[in-house]
Amino acid sequence: MRQLLKTDVSEFRRLLDWTAEMTTHANIPTTAAAIADGVRSGALKAVDVLEAHLAQIAAREGDIHAFNLVTADEARAAAARVDADVAAGRDPGVLAGVPIALKDNMCTRGIPTTCSSKILEGWRPPYDATVVQRLAAAGAVAIGKTNLDEFAMGSSTENSAFGVTFNPRDISRVSGGSSGGSAAAVAAGFSPISIGSDTGGSIRQPAALCGVVGVKPTYGTVSRYGLVAYASSLDQMGPFSTDVRDSALVLEAISGHDPMDSTSIPQAPLSLQHVLSQGVEGLRVGRITDMPSGADPDVTARLEAAFDALTAAGAKIVDVEMPSMKYALTAYYLIAPAEASSNLARYDGVRYGLRVNATDTNAMYSATRTAGFGEEVKRRIMLGTYALSAGYYDAYYGKALKVRRLISDDFARAYAKADVLLTPTSPIVAFPVGEKSDDPLAMYLCDIYTIPTNLAGHPAMSVPFGTGAHGLPVGVQILAPTLGEQVMFKVAASLERSMIAAGGAK
Amino acid sequence: MTAADSKTQGSEIQYDMSKNEIKVAPNDGSYLLDGYELVCGLEVHVELATATKLFSASANRFGDDPNTHIDPVTLGLPGALPVLNRQAVELAMRIGLALNCKVQPSTFHRKNYFYPDMPKAYQISQYDQPINVDGWLELPGGKSIGVERAHLEEDTGKSTHIGGTGGRIHGSDYSLIDFNRAGVPLVEIVGRPDIASPEEARQYVTELRQILVAVGASDAKMEEGSMRCDANVSVRKPGAPLGIRCEIKNVNSVRSLGRAIEYEARRQIVLLEAGEKIRQETRHWDETDGRTHTLRSKEDADDYRYFLEPDLVPLNPDQAWIDAVRAALPMLPRERRLRLSQATGAPADGEAIMVVVERGQDDYVMSVGEAGADVARALVHVKEAFAEQGANPTVPAADLAQMIIMETGGKLTSTQAKTVLAEIVANGGGDAVAIAAAKGFEAMDNSALEAIVDQVIAEQAEAWSKYCGGEQKAMGALVGAIMKASQGKADGKAVTALLLAKKG
Amino acid sequence: MSESPSERISAEVVVKVSRLARLDVTPDEVQRITTQMAGMLEHFADIDALDLSDIEPMTQPYPLSNVFREDVVVTGLDREEVLANAPAAEDGRFRVPPIVGLDG
Repeated sequence: MRQLLKTDVSEFRRLLDWTAEMTTHANIPTTAAAIADGVRSGALKAVDVLEAHLAQIAAREGDIHAFNLVTADEARAAAARVDADVAAGRDPGVLAGVPIALKDNMCTRGIPTTCSSKILEGWRPPYDATVVQRLAAAGAVAIGKTNLDEFAMGSSTENSAFGVTFNPRDISRVSGGSSGGSAAAVAAGFSPISIGSDTGGSIRQPAALCGVVGVKPTYGTVSRYGLVAYASSLDQMGPFSTDVRDSALVLEAISGHDPMDSTSIPQAPLSLQHVLSQGVEGLRVGRITDMPSGADPDVTARLEAAFDALTAAGAKIVDVEMPSMKYALTAYYLIAPAEASSNLARYDGVRYGLRVNATDTNAMYSATRTAGFGEEVKRRIMLGTYALSAGYYDAYYGKALKVRRLISDDFARAYAKADVLLTPTSPIVAFPVGEKSDDPLAMYLCDIYTIPTNLAGHPAMSVPFGTGAHGLPVGVQILAPTLGEQVMFKVAASLERSMIAAGGAK
Repeated sequence: MTAADSKTQGSEIQYDMSKNEIKVAPNDGSYLLDGYELVCGLEVHVELATATKLFSASANRFGDDPNTHIDPVTLGLPGALPVLNRQAVELAMRIGLALNCKVQPSTFHRKNYFYPDMPKAYQISQYDQPINVDGWLELPGGKSIGVERAHLEEDTGKSTHIGGTGGRIHGSDYSLIDFNRAGVPLVEIVGRPDIASPEEARQYVTELRQILVAVGASDAKMEEGSMRCDANVSVRKPGAPLGIRCEIKNVNSVRSLGRAIEYEARRQIVLLEAGEKIRQETRHWDETDGRTHTLRSKEDADDYRYFLEPDLVPLNPDQAWIDAVRAALPMLPRERRLRLSQATGAPADGEAIMVVVERGQDDYVMSVGEAGADVARALVHVKEAFAEQGANPTVPAADLAQMIIMETGGKLTSTQAKTVLAEIVANGGGDAVAIAAAKGFEAMDNSALEAIVDQVIAEQAEAWSKYCGGEQKAMGALVGAIMKASQGKADGKAVTALLLAKKG
Repeated sequence: MSESPSERISAEVVVKVSRLARLDVTPDEVQRITTQMAGMLEHFADIDALDLSDIEPMTQPYPLSNVFREDVVVTGLDREEVLANAPAAEDGRFRVPPIVGLDG
């Protein structure tokens, strides 16, 4: 069955023409699983795999701008080490030789980590994030740091201080955000897998807009140590990939308890690959009947097709209600900026990053932060500071925490009736660059289906499921209860098989 | 005043004196300054004696090269996360239980403000759910001072100011920051405003320090900064509502604390007598000119925007842990004083017991008693001769016991005893019998003494008849003659007893 | 009985918030930010209608408690590597302009 899946995926790709632009060398596989198998067995050299991907970057990065920094030299050294390990008979790791792109908000020792902000331009962390360490230990080859909305605040990567990332499917359009660079890198074939972070949808939404798989795991399953914090009680890191299996592989490698993160769940790494072939016979898939409307018809059409596909595969569709879901946006845009306003206070010019000099320290703080932060970041800091202020705390932050409880309770009731829920990931397909940048509220609405999951701390993932308007990718979102990654991936694998069997939708 | 009120004010838990909600221990009227009562509450910050910092594994050490105990968490680097030090919790619980607090489930909050020695621009502290609440500390004289709370928080780094006068901020050209101290675990002990005099304040801090050292929580040295004391001071006429309080900072010794409180009380009284109002503010104690001064007031008071720390999880020590900590608490100073008082009959808050317990020599005194000597004499001798000895005297208890047994058995006069003791102390021990013999101190047994007394009575017939007739003064001449005749070997008490007996 | 957007937040509050956050704002920016924030807060007023009196705030997505670290020293960062990345350093310490106008 696994063999079938691998072959079918390449077939699938040819049919869908998703990676028609890719000019990879003929004998380099396109999935992480296949590359790792090849490198581990000695059939492939990690350095060859790397060069193929660097060539792809050279060919198309100019149009896409997925990266803030391509770390070719470091990658070559890492790939050489992997090959040396294989030659010496040492275990090179489950991701041996697989190029991986890292969102530029996770700390990579000695490599600039900018969060796409002027305030951290050129800053080299003196330590690696736990996820970065685990990927290296698994033999993955970090190929570069990808672009993002500044400090992960945004849904289009247009808030980057270093320029937007264009959608590989249509370079007049956005890649989504905030992990636009990581999504685009995979969609453009720059690396088979990448890592992003998701606070309100920042992995899932760009995955949907770029037509790749994107996963936000249960809060606490992947360590946040070394992830530059945006909203501490909402942030999680997760993978992008071209197929479901690769995301499972990456999550197995990076998840599991980390003593450096107090919010890390004390359990073993997730075990996911074995469920992919299990099918959805008898599974209850929830349709949220009172979901906020606003999705474009081309998007809802694909959602219906997904419900049909799961029914055909033996799942049962059940109706659930989530009456508090419509308040999720409000709760999020009070909680996240509040936490962010505190998390970003450390950027003060004293110990690292940008400093704009002044006659005294207090003036230096203001001069530095005013020059170093972009407009959206400032907006959220102001909103968050306000929501926490004396006299306003109860009305705003305090209330939002209670709304969060209501949403969590809604999910609990829904998951008593359903094993997973299915929604669109994004209400719209990729929009033109500049279309929403004057209206922050319109931009916030991009996350309307993804935000509730972060508030509850549950896992969710976006799976590409055909195309919508202008032939642009549409993603459907599978939501699962806390630590429900296995059932979530089961459903994802089923949808993927349906897409393949259907020969892909136009 | 509820926590919600505190949040609304955007300030720390404060005593809102104007609301008269604070219960203050009644002043027994024994301390009045120009007719005013003093109302004082102390906030004491204590550096815990852990190996590592509160939220990261860098060493908790004082005095090393700057910025040699740093890590991503200490420096507030992007992506760093705090993880709570178990030993800091253990020590915090020891402090709380030693102060009779209730140990309860607690949480951590962020206190947000900007200052260069604050690496994250927020301090992780405990706000409305602290680990220890509702305790008390008993002063040696028996008065109880309430302890509202004792909570955990992290310390800041240290700034040095270059270019100004005397290292002050004012007029400096720039400052240098060392983060070695940033993240060191602190317990903040908030006392209720039950202190009614500068002397009580001194006693409170002295007793607190002994408790902290006894439970191993801290070395609590004010001069080194491992114990820092701020005083909240107000005054009022007896029976009147509570007055406006001021907070005094920068007190660096127990003695300064007393002086600062007294100065501040007098300053407030002068103002009130002149019909002026006290402005609620923070004031800085200046040791050199002996006054408190207004700290530069700012345009905007900081709003700390407290909220629950999302990077940490609740702290809920189970009953087994709490019980284990309580059971392992050593005997505290108050109990030691009581024990010694019961054994010796001396007052628990008298000078001898206070001094000996503070030196940590009470166990030693008890063991001298266990070696067969009179504990009351042991107390006196240790108090007088063991000032330099420290908590573990070098003199074996048995040696001191032997000397005391000779003394109380009449084989040494008290003067001779002191001399023998001095030699024992100087040599770190010694055989009292041998030393006494070497110095020619001999026992004068009672029959030999009685013979001398009879002889002197015979020789001093006139003095004797005067003494028998009721003239106490005549005894002096008799005793002097007896001493001379015995070459100083007679014990004064024994002589007096014999004379009395013979008088009939 | 909802307030109009302009009543939800005033320019004066925006200035105070910007000071707390250490962000300089020009008078024009104050106006623009006030309007924008008022608009957002108007949107967020949807939760005003909810009766939340019996609801417990949710602060933790996953219920953990008592997470500790043992009291054992682990080698930290190299001072030179850290100071090399600092905006200004002297004598092994971080250098800043005079610290005035701050409450330490």
